[in-house]
Amino acid sequence: MLFKKTLHELIELIEKGEITAYDIYKSLLERINEKDKQINAYVNVFEEFETYKDDGLLKNIPIAIKDNMHIEGKPTTCSSKILSNYVAIFDSTAVKKLKEAAATFIGKTNLDEFAMGSSTETSYFGTTKNPWSLDRIPGGSSGGSAAAVASGEAIAALGSDTGGSIRQPASLCGVVGFKPTYGRVSRYGLVAFASSLDQIGPITRDVRDNAILMNIICGRDEMDSTSADVEVEDFTAYLDKPVKGLRVGVYEDAIEESSDDVKSAMENTLEILKRLGCEITKVDLPHSKYAVSDYYIIAPAEASSNLARYDGVKYGFRSEEFDDLGEMYIKTRSEGFGKEVKRRIMLGTYVLSSGYYDAYYLKAQKLRGLIKKDFDEAFKEVDCIVLPTTPTEAFKIGEKVNNPLQMYLSDIFTIPANIAGLPAISIPNSLSKNNLPLGLQIVADAFREGIIYQLASAFEKEFNLADKLPLD
Amino acid sequence: MITKDEVKRIAKLSMLNIDDSELDTFVDQFNDILNYMEQINELDLSSCDAVYHIVELKNVFREDVVKPSISNEKALKNAPDAAYGAFRVPKVIER
Repeated sequence: MLFKKTLHELIELIEKGEITAYDIYKSLLERINEKDKQINAYVNVFEEFETYKDDGLLKNIPIAIKDNMHIEGKPTTCSSKILSNYVAIFDSTAVKKLKEAAATFIGKTNLDEFAMGSSTETSYFGTTKNPWSLDRIPGGSSGGSAAAVASGEAIAALGSDTGGSIRQPASLCGVVGFKPTYGRVSRYGLVAFASSLDQIGPITRDVRDNAILMNIICGRDEMDSTSADVEVEDFTAYLDKPVKGLRVGVYEDAIEESSDDVKSAMENTLEILKRLGCEITKVDLPHSKYAVSDYYIIAPAEASSNLARYDGVKYGFRSEEFDDLGEMYIKTRSEGFGKEVKRRIMLGTYVLSSGYYDAYYLKAQKLRGLIKKDFDEAFKEVDCIVLPTTPTEAFKIGEKVNNPLQMYLSDIFTIPANIAGLPAISIPNSLSKNNLPLGLQIVADAFREGIIYQLASAFEKEFNLADKLPLD
Repeated sequence: MITKDEVKRIAKLSMLNIDDSELDTFVDQFNDILNYMEQINELDLSSCDAVYHIVELKNVFREDVVKPSISNEKALKNAPDAAYGAFRVPKVIER
């Protein structure tokens, strides 16, 4: 039953000589064989146990990787037909750093096609199911990673977060998901969606595991010129620190827009934080209500440019029938991309097109500055801000898939942190009446990840889902 | 409101085909999204500066020295069609 344990428990067991990493790999493989037909968390499971380094912090324990990050020699599909035959020719920096820390890999997890979605329903390889309730979505786009960690199909995983794609699925699957400050983790080898927003982060069963992985993947990288030259702290040093006197801002507008379940979860959360000695105040983020609009201008604009590279020439799928080069491009792209990806490419092309640039893209960039400024003001008064991760529990499969706008609005509370480039975590803070997990989001100022781990670890001692995760 | 013809034009700019059978739904969904975005016009943004990068960065320079890079073989490994150490595409020049 090793698959039920956390990363730090397993590290300890290996150090004591009680188990080997291969035992863990076997346990995970058995669990995957038993569960993944139902859950569909993986696009690709590695049938061989490959090691990269004899010893290191992670003791050869297998990690799951979202299938939009490269592991050399393994397929990277982005859950898209257009990359369905692509095999990576280099390691992403995050993967390289994991290898240097003696990690191994169990497989590549499912996502919304090119990470564009909030439910994994846009994956070319089928929807991932929420392990808490198989008729519900696991969230997205890192739905495969979150579902795998919640169901015991992985000990820990990497995800990527452009508008909430780590935090929202972590919240809906009852696990811990962290989006670092923009620039903390190199994006080299992460297939680009919206380059000014994308960020890699860990999805784990507890806060300690999360901090352990963050310690490994952070840092300046010459292969990503947007990666930040900021000292990497030991984030585990913030765990178990008292939070008495910590100034916590509550973003009440978000709570008011949430379901009754989420509202009462937040009431309980604030009670717990008060009991822990936090000083609770209200914060106002007057422009955050425009964040979804801002995001759906900026992200598709960047995506339309980033996804121009898929033309059937250098890699990936190429259409079989065409008369000339132009037709080859169009047929390859039209057959290779799914509906949601096409929609976002076109939305982005539209907002950047002549005559519309000023009306959409330029305004969106100005608004981005205002959203950031609200946070800057708030962080003069508080150390961190709390709000729900999602407005509701996990919705049913099929419920929003034909209504893109409703789907987009499910990320309403996670998008502002991406727009402002700020670090944010989601940790479980309640179970809904339907016995589905809900998440608390903690946001801090840029490069103040430590304080998030401090508060998250204190809160986790008061509420966690360790005994309730669907691991049986 | 965006029209069918405009959506077709954007598809063409994006090097995409949208099936006629899907076009009506596509236009409706596009309009839903654009209508929602109209809310940003409530704001007076005329005096604001555009923010293109959220984390302050200065120019990132490096020494101009030759380093190992991806080999020709690796670069062509995923190509749908390759010949003579190059990507092969349909003929683009008329004789």
